[in-house]
Amino acid sequence: MTTLPKTTNKKLGLVIDLDTCVGCHACVISCKGWNTENYGAPLSDQDPYGAESTGTFLNRVHSYEVQPLATSTMPHPAAQLIHFPKSCLHCEDAPCVTVCPTGASYKREEDGIVLVNEADCIGCGLCAWACPYGAREMDAQEGVMKKCTLCVDRIYNENLPEIDREPACVRTCPAGARHFGDFADPESHVSRLTAERGGMELMPEQGTKPVNRYLPPRPKDRMDVPQLTDTLAPHLAPVADEPKGFMNWLDKALDRI
Amino acid sequence: MHPAPSVIVFTTLSGLGFGLLFFLGLGMPAVTGLNAFIFFAIAYILAVGGLMASTFHLGHPERALKAFSQWRSSWLSREGWAAVSALLVMAAFGAGAVFLDARFSLLGFLGAALSLAVVFTTSMIYAQLKTIPRWNTHMTPVLFLSLSLAGGALLAGQITYALILLPLAGLVQVLWWMQGDKALSQSGTDIATATGLGEGGTVRAFEPPHTGTNYLLREFVHVVGRKHAAKLRVIAFTLGYALPVILLLLPFSHALAGVAVLSHITGIATSRWLFFAEAEHVVGLYYGKRVA
Repeated sequence: MTTLPKTTNKKLGLVIDLDTCVGCHACVISCKGWNTENYGAPLSDQDPYGAESTGTFLNRVHSYEVQPLATSTMPHPAAQLIHFPKSCLHCEDAPCVTVCPTGASYKREEDGIVLVNEADCIGCGLCAWACPYGAREMDAQEGVMKKCTLCVDRIYNENLPEIDREPACVRTCPAGARHFGDFADPESHVSRLTAERGGMELMPEQGTKPVNRYLPPRPKDRMDVPQLTDTLAPHLAPVADEPKGFMNWLDKALDRI
Repeated sequence: MHPAPSVIVFTTLSGLGFGLLFFLGLGMPAVTGLNAFIFFAIAYILAVGGLMASTFHLGHPERALKAFSQWRSSWLSREGWAAVSALLVMAAFGAGAVFLDARFSLLGFLGAALSLAVVFTTSMIYAQLKTIPRWNTHMTPVLFLSLSLAGGALLAGQITYALILLPLAGLVQVLWWMQGDKALSQSGTDIATATGLGEGGTVRAFEPPHTGTNYLLREFVHVVGRKHAAKLRVIAFTLGYALPVILLLLPFSHALAGVAVLSHITGIATSRWLFFAEAEHVVGLYYGKRVA
């Protein structure tokens, strides 16, 4: 059923600490490593050793630069670089689930994890359209939708030592920037972290009620240094990105009108 | 959004096909025998051909039957039900007209209503998506329905109706474009809410997750076309709406009507291409691709 459960017994999810994440991408690799050989279809790569390799990932790390506004006391505030891991937020009002025509996408009543039953997925891609976070990726090899399972095959897995019964990304993070727990329990590690550090939702205006929370970075560099002239910039002009083939012809034809 | 040819063909042709079925169901024209056969054949080729094309972009078309199961929540599933019911009812109505010289009007009215329901459910698949502010408006169903009715009137040879519905659809199209151009900036979603980092200053995407491309960039962050959006809009408007109206106002001939139909289809396909190519999915914000 792709209607959402009214409530879930637990709200399992992640806290991601943007203050501590060092952008090493270890979570990306351990996620791909675990999930390519466990739950569901493997996470395929296309042309992996070629010039234009692509592949399916359930967790990707972006990097953003935040430039504070200049003030009279800080005329040249330093920009801050923030590494930003992003995976499924296991939303309470998951729009990806309700749009699914086959019932392949569902949210579990017992713990709130959003999953895809790949045997029912027709690969229409509508759930990925409905997700504002880019958490779902269609696997180019299997033609089914892949997404973060919160390592459902680790967290309850009694064949693993107890210390390993958490998502692969959390287990591997060398900076301790990722935390796993139950947000329905106000005393849990993740609930307390969220309360203490002002854990935030991504795109709250989209009304998805994400479970995962992000801890904002603390302001770091208070030094005021004027920007140096970048002598290399003129030599690093962007490479032209021209379309090829039919699209190139269409582009030129439309330019001539 | 990536303008997948299969989806553009599907929404353009099946929209026209169901528009034609709507008029046939109402008995406009009230054809029987061979004439009815030709009209119904055209309508079914467009409607069914479009539906078949839509399965080409599926990763697993062999499981398509499962898509009928979730009509309680999914507009895509409802579209499947509407399409199958409309085609079955209109097939019974058409068989009566072609083989029995009989017109079962009640069946025709039901089929006409179901044909509009197909177009409405198709439009709701797009209109429901909050992630694509340009589509997330009541104007989207109005646009799809007015286009389908105008194209249906044109194909059904209902010149009086076509001369009213085509300019009306053209007006809706222009309003939809105007509203769409403001939709993303008015949606309240930007790189600051996407990252939650807006309080610290101006947020800029510094590095993407990987040096190469990925499914999200291919599917949601399409750019060719936007460069020429203004020109393509003029082409779509001229071929899709203006030229057919002018041709219908000239003294009637089958050749001119044929040109009007072809021009309309080309214009609507262009408009549908823009519908996808211009649509800004908010996930592009994470990649720094939606600078307002």
